[in-house]
Amino acid sequence: MMANHSEFPLWEVFIRSHGGLNHKHVGSLHAADAQMALEHARDVYTRRMEGVSIWVVPSTAITASDPADTDPFFEPAKDKIYRHPTFYDIPEGLKHM
Amino acid sequence: MRDFLLLLADNTQILGHRLGEWCGHGPELEIDMAMTNLALDLIGQSRNYYQYAAELEGAGRTEDDLAYLRDAREFRNCLLVEQPNGDFARTVARNFLFDSWHFFFLEALCQSSDERLAAIAVKSLKEVTYHLRWSSEWVIRLGDGTEESHRRIQDAFDHLWTYRGELLTPAPFETEATSAGYGVDLLSIKPRVEEKLTDILSRATLRRPEDAWMQSGGKTGRHSEHLGYLLAEMQYVQRAYPNSVW
Repeated sequence: MMANHSEFPLWEVFIRSHGGLNHKHVGSLHAADAQMALEHARDVYTRRMEGVSIWVVPSTAITASDPADTDPFFEPAKDKIYRHPTFYDIPEGLKHM
Repeated sequence: MRDFLLLLADNTQILGHRLGEWCGHGPELEIDMAMTNLALDLIGQSRNYYQYAAELEGAGRTEDDLAYLRDAREFRNCLLVEQPNGDFARTVARNFLFDSWHFFFLEALCQSSDERLAAIAVKSLKEVTYHLRWSSEWVIRLGDGTEESHRRIQDAFDHLWTYRGELLTPAPFETEATSAGYGVDLLSIKPRVEEKLTDILSRATLRRPEDAWMQSGGKTGRHSEHLGYLLAEMQYVQRAYPNSVW
C-alpha cells in the first residue's frame, strides 16, 4: 500500500559495475516501495550499461557520521602512519601491490 | 508481408511517440525517465520493422519515408496505442493492455518461419519483458494504492477496455501471415493474455470490465480522430522541411 504522502520515500542506490567488484553508492531516488525503487534505479542509473547488479536501501536506514565529529573521529589516525603497510621491502617484480 | 510488418512497426512507433509526449511531464523524475526509456525501446523496435518493410518494397523508400510520409489511413496500428495519454493511470492501463498482448505475441513471433522477423522478436522480447513488468507493477500499485489512485486506474480500464479486442482479432493480412508460417496465431496466445490480465487485475483489487462491444478498424486504416493529430505533430518537421537531416 502506498502511503498518502505528497512525495514517495527516498532510497539510496548502489550499483556493481562488473562481476567481482563491490557495489558503489551512485545516488538516490524516490519510490513507493523497494521493488519500485529497484526498477527506478534500473531506469535512472543503468541506461548506459553502468551495472550488472543493484541494491536499494531506504535512506532512513542509513546512520551517518556527524560532520561536527570529524576531528575526534578521523584526526587520531593522522599521525599513525605506521598503520600503512609501507615499511616493507617488496621484492622486485612483484606486481599489483 | 508488408502489411504485417507495418502493423508491428506502427504499433511500436505510435505507442513510442505517445510515451515520448510524457518527456518532461512525468509525475516524478524517475517515472519520467522510465517512460522515455520505454519510448526509446519501442521506437527502436519500430525501426527494425520499417527497415525490413522498406527493403521488401524495393522502391527506394527508407524507414523515414514510412514513418513520416504516410497518411493516417495507411497506418496499420491498433486503435489502443493511438489513444491519448490522459492522466498517468490512463497511460499505465493503456501500456499494460498493450504489453500483456505484446509480450505473448513476441514470444510466439520468435518461432516465425521468417528468420529476420524471428531475430527482431528475440531482441524485442528482452525489452518487452521489462515493459510488462513495469506496467504490471504500476497497475497493482495504483489499484491497491489510495482511494484516488484506485478510482483513476479503474476508470482507465473501463474506458480503454473497448480497444483491447482488436489486439486479439486478426486482420485478413494476419490470417494470411499465420497460414504462411511467419505470423502469429492470435487464438493460440489468447488464453495466456487473458490469464495475465485476470491475474494482475485481481492482485490490483480491480474489477475486470465486461467484454462488451469492441472497437476495431485500426489495422485496416480506419482510425480514431486522435491519430491525425498525433501524426501532425510527429511528422511536422519532415513535412515542413522535406529531406532535412541533422
